[in-house]
Amino acid sequence: MHEMSLCESIIGIAEEQASIQQFKRVKSIRLEIGKLSCVQADAMAFAFDAVAKNTILEGARLEIDEVPGKGWCAGCSTEVGISQRYDSCPLCEYYPIEIREGDAMRIKDMEVE
Amino acid sequence: MCTVCGCGEGDQHGHSHEHAHEHKHDHHEHSHEHGHSHEHSHEHNHDHDYSKGEAGVHVAGFSQARLVSIEQDILAKNNRYADANRRLFNERGILALNLVSSPGAGKTTLLTETIRALGSEFPMSVIEGDQQTSVDADRIKATGVQAIQINTGKGCHLDGHMVGHALDGLKPETGSILFIENVGNLVCPAAFDLGEAAKVVILSVTEGADKPLKYPDMFHAASLMILNKTDLLPYVDFDVEACCNYARRINPGIKILQLSATKGDGMGQWLNWLKANHALAQIGIPEQEEPA
Repeated sequence: MHEMSLCESIIGIAEEQASIQQFKRVKSIRLEIGKLSCVQADAMAFAFDAVAKNTILEGARLEIDEVPGKGWCAGCSTEVGISQRYDSCPLCEYYPIEIREGDAMRIKDMEVE
Repeated sequence: MCTVCGCGEGDQHGHSHEHAHEHKHDHHEHSHEHGHSHEHSHEHNHDHDYSKGEAGVHVAGFSQARLVSIEQDILAKNNRYADANRRLFNERGILALNLVSSPGAGKTTLLTETIRALGSEFPMSVIEGDQQTSVDADRIKATGVQAIQINTGKGCHLDGHMVGHALDGLKPETGSILFIENVGNLVCPAAFDLGEAAKVVILSVTEGADKPLKYPDMFHAASLMILNKTDLLPYVDFDVEACCNYARRINPGIKILQLSATKGDGMGQWLNWLKANHALAQIGIPEQEEPA
């Protein structure tokens, strides 16, 4: 659901950048979506096409790089991979894990003209 | 007027005439506002309707393709609006609370009962978020407290920008308590900061005790969990202890209160929590307000 508003935010940022970086159309846009963020990549892709209509992003190709979750376990002093935000340590069961990577949602770059 | 996005009060809403503006947004950020038709009449404290929006039309030109680096958090804009709201709350000693729950957990009843209990002690106001209707804002206004309704339309949550504009109309008093009743939804509102001092998640005993595990982001983001409708516990199969354990597993620091807003049991602790947080919000505010 909120993927819709996140797409609107993306369009807002793209339009802001259009005047700063002087472009008229976005051909492709690359997002970095962490696996631990609150976004479902496929829902994002679905919402994107609908929301991009009649904006500088209409018809733009959406690329999503999914970033796996990584955290620091204070129990065994190891960096561990986690698939959900509230997983315990896969090695020693310690909880909570301090999240280090994979919770961000960013626009990386855009191909524009 | 909104100092962050720069759109004047009349720019976004409050017009009595109807038009669809397509001005270019090269200086500010509310691109999702394009092309609204402004149909509601201009009055102080009017309600906001975000359901009619439609993106503006931009015509593409031709030039050579190139790659531009952006490197921005998708929520960066919302966070900027939220920061502006938070700053306003801090400067005016306003305790702003973001109330979140599933639909039907009893947020509005909790609010009307809270207003009844504390209305004579503190100035209060309410921002109501729903997809449609002003039923909830009407219930609040019936208690004599100022309320403004935001209809999010297709949106499933309030965002920092909507709340910023609601504040323009509501003008909450210095030293007051502002309740922001978010859209009934345990998913999306977790991600959108509104500038509040705390999120309060309300869960009722007619729901599943495992909700904290099913919607962990929300319970992680909340400072206080209210378990509401406890008067119904004899009639439902709800494991209070398990529910509290789940919530604490997700968020070890979460405070938990059990109460029945309709019957009044347990309301005292909630009112104490409010008073304590209100007192905190007054710290650093020049003396004439609330001598603690």
